Amino acid sequence: MRCNCYIPSGCSISGMMSESGKRMDGNAIIRSIALMHDRGNGLGGGFAAYGIYPRHADQFAFHMMFDTKQAKKQCEEYLKDTFDIVLDEEIPTRPGGVFEEETSGKDAEYGARPITDPPILWRYFLDVPEEKTTFVTEDEYVVNKVMEINSKFDSAFVASSGKNMGAFKGVGYPEDIGMFYKLDEYKAYIWTAHSRFPTNTPGWWGGAHPFCLLDWSIVHNGEISSYGINKRYLETFGYKLELRTDTEVIAYLFDLLVRRHNLSVEIAAKALASPFWKDIDRMPDRERKITSAIRQVYGGALLNGPFSVILGHSRGMVGFNDRIKLRPMTCGRADDMLYMSSEESGIREIEPDLDEVWSPKAGTVVIGELHEEVQ
Amino acid sequence: MMSELPPEFIVKIDYDRCRRCKRCVMNCSFGCMQFKDRVVPEHKNCVACHRCTTFCPESAITITSNELAYKENANWMPEIRKNILKQAQTGGILLTGMGNPKPYQILWDHMLIDACQVTNPSIDPLREPMELRTFIGRKPDRLEFAHNKDGEIDLVTELQPQVKLDVPILFGAMSYGAVSLNVHRALAMAANRSGTLMNTGEGGLHKDLYPYAGNIIVQVASGRFGVHSEYLNTSAMVEIKIGQGAKPGIGGHLPGEKVGEDISKTRMIPVGTDAISPAPHHDIYSIEDLSQLIFAIKEAVDYTKPVSVKISAVHNVAAIASGIVRAGADVVTIDGFKGGTGASPMVIRDNVGIPIELALAAVDQRLRDEGIRNNASIICAGGIRSSGDVAKAIALGADATVIGTAALVAIGCRICQKCYTGNCAWGIATQKPELTRRLDPQVSAQRLSNLLTAWSLELKEILGSLGVNSIESLRGSRERLRGIDLDEQTLKLLGIKPAGVGQ
Repeated sequence: MRCNCYIPSGCSISGMMSESGKRMDGNAIIRSIALMHDRGNGLGGGFAAYGIYPRHADQFAFHMMFDTKQAKKQCEEYLKDTFDIVLDEEIPTRPGGVFEEETSGKDAEYGARPITDPPILWRYFLDVPEEKTTFVTEDEYVVNKVMEINSKFDSAFVASSGKNMGAFKGVGYPEDIGMFYKLDEYKAYIWTAHSRFPTNTPGWWGGAHPFCLLDWSIVHNGEISSYGINKRYLETFGYKLELRTDTEVIAYLFDLLVRRHNLSVEIAAKALASPFWKDIDRMPDRERKITSAIRQVYGGALLNGPFSVILGHSRGMVGFNDRIKLRPMTCGRADDMLYMSSEESGIREIEPDLDEVWSPKAGTVVIGELHEEVQ
Repeated sequence: MMSELPPEFIVKIDYDRCRRCKRCVMNCSFGCMQFKDRVVPEHKNCVACHRCTTFCPESAITITSNELAYKENANWMPEIRKNILKQAQTGGILLTGMGNPKPYQILWDHMLIDACQVTNPSIDPLREPMELRTFIGRKPDRLEFAHNKDGEIDLVTELQPQVKLDVPILFGAMSYGAVSLNVHRALAMAANRSGTLMNTGEGGLHKDLYPYAGNIIVQVASGRFGVHSEYLNTSAMVEIKIGQGAKPGIGGHLPGEKVGEDISKTRMIPVGTDAISPAPHHDIYSIEDLSQLIFAIKEAVDYTKPVSVKISAVHNVAAIASGIVRAGADVVTIDGFKGGTGASPMVIRDNVGIPIELALAAVDQRLRDEGIRNNASIICAGGIRSSGDVAKAIALGADATVIGTAALVAIGCRICQKCYTGNCAWGIATQKPELTRRLDPQVSAQRLSNLLTAWSLELKEILGSLGVNSIESLRGSRERLRGIDLDEQTLKLLGIKPAGVGQ
């Protein structure tokens, strides 16, 4: 059932990445987000993982949620018409599975709430038929179809649609969601996680984070106070904002700025969390010119209000804060690993021996990238 | 037959307090206050400009309306009968000044602004930066960057000219002729001080104001008064005036008696001749003609300044604005039917045009639907009374707003609506030297600047309570507005939800 009311929420987020492309199972990220248990309220948790489908790396992996068998059947007809389905299968789950690991001595209730009442969870590995890409790129085609499914089918929802990645999310505490989806059995070089504290309930599985489009995934702690204009700005570029969650604007803005406008992630982040004019006025000429132009042209993309965000994509992970750091975020490095978390404890829990740990300044971007030689 | 018209106001003198200083007599420019051993008011001449009451040192003067001048009738209101009497006498069009005074619904007062509580924090403008800086002009849809040979990033896209505003409030177009040179001086100085723009209106720019070029919009109207190459280039922006909110589809007329030496030079017309602006531009009979004028002006200023096109808010305003943007304008200025005027036929001012709120909402949405919103800035004029109105206009989609009447009120205007008589007792809408010198440009500039400072502070408070720290996060963010006491259709047109509905 689609929730039709807007849900502001508080949250915690965590992310980890191996810049050398080493793939790790989901246990560590579950532990990290479990430690920040109190920042969520059990009404939403989720994970994004990159590198989990090496055998289907060339196909778009659609993680789907269906409310009914009827919806699944209808949507499958649509998918058959629009894509070549290479493989489809149920997403393996462990119904009733709970997270039982000891965490910081404060875990009496962890795992006390097994995941119940999931929608039908199915994944499809899809090829885009060649004849469909005569006039649009493959990515553009997939974006259009995702928008279409999410707006046209009331009881079907695309949770993720990228290559060699997937989103695993639902209603529940994230550590239990992680166990439910058997994340301990997947291996990924980037993991991001989210625990949700919606202040207005209806638990809807699609409403949990991460929010994904193509290989973009967003986990987000905060509320976008500028949602109204960001939404209208995106609509002028043909995006359909159907999910009534402010997080989707972040994903679409990155899609617009990086994929369609071809800006670098750094410049896109500068548009989304722009420096203040008082600082721009003091910049050296070339930088001032660039930053002023970004602000003038991309004013509609400026995100305002409290947020910390971890953006995942197939080549890396990007963390950034709002312009005056109204939500927390700490980063850490150890060897080839980059960690980002709402709290330092979320990092220390899984890597006590850090080379470096810091809280990035408001509006600055922390970028993790796969080493160039990694395929 | 003048005797048929009862006086509108009654002027009461408290003779116990009056010291016979004659200050009221000296100040009255409408011939109401006369001195015959003591002050004797000629009620019929009073326009309620309140000059005498303001300057009476003994507070001995009270002006009241002439209550039962006409027998009560809910249908044949006093104003209706007064107008009929005047027209029966003269056979002429009734003239009037200032904006539409009719009690049409003021939509600003039916919109409420959101604020943050808990889930997203409000921001304290006294502690955190709050940005009002606004750029007016055409923006590209996207930017392109490239790496140069040193590995640095270069901006490849060349931006069209932009005008920087420190506060998103401009002064409205009021011509030298309609208002005095001192008013123009005050507006220019205040615009300079507050980092915004004044607008010459259609009467050219006096040489004395050339140093303020960076804060001036020069207007090109249908009469082309005072338009020459140097004029166009002595500006931050050029505006083609197609229409004015107070008198859509109507031209202008500056009577010859106002055209003295200075105005004659500024307007480039002989002393004492009437300055008549035709209703249409006689070289613009279509959108393609407009496009030619836009580019003729762009050529004249060598593409260094944005060109704005100002239109009245009329029924089809959205489609017209879209055409204007596609014709090459960098800015669309929409003037609502409550906008002021120095002189307009009353029947036009009171009955033609639509509210700016609806026009603005329609234009912004139309440009977005067509994917060309970034191609032009929208300036909203006509009926902006407070910083609350400014905030609501920006939330509906305006880049900046315009104040004309509010600016004049700040420097003394009492909205007596007699601008067209040339007798303005406050030295604003007059060219008579004994009256114009009543207005001190320095003092007035300070008052105008104070008003903008005060409104800026209030805007920052509003932004802070909305939990955003930059004006662009309010611009077009209709989600932060709610309507109250509005019907469904109006809500739909404004693109806002009714109060009580969450996000």
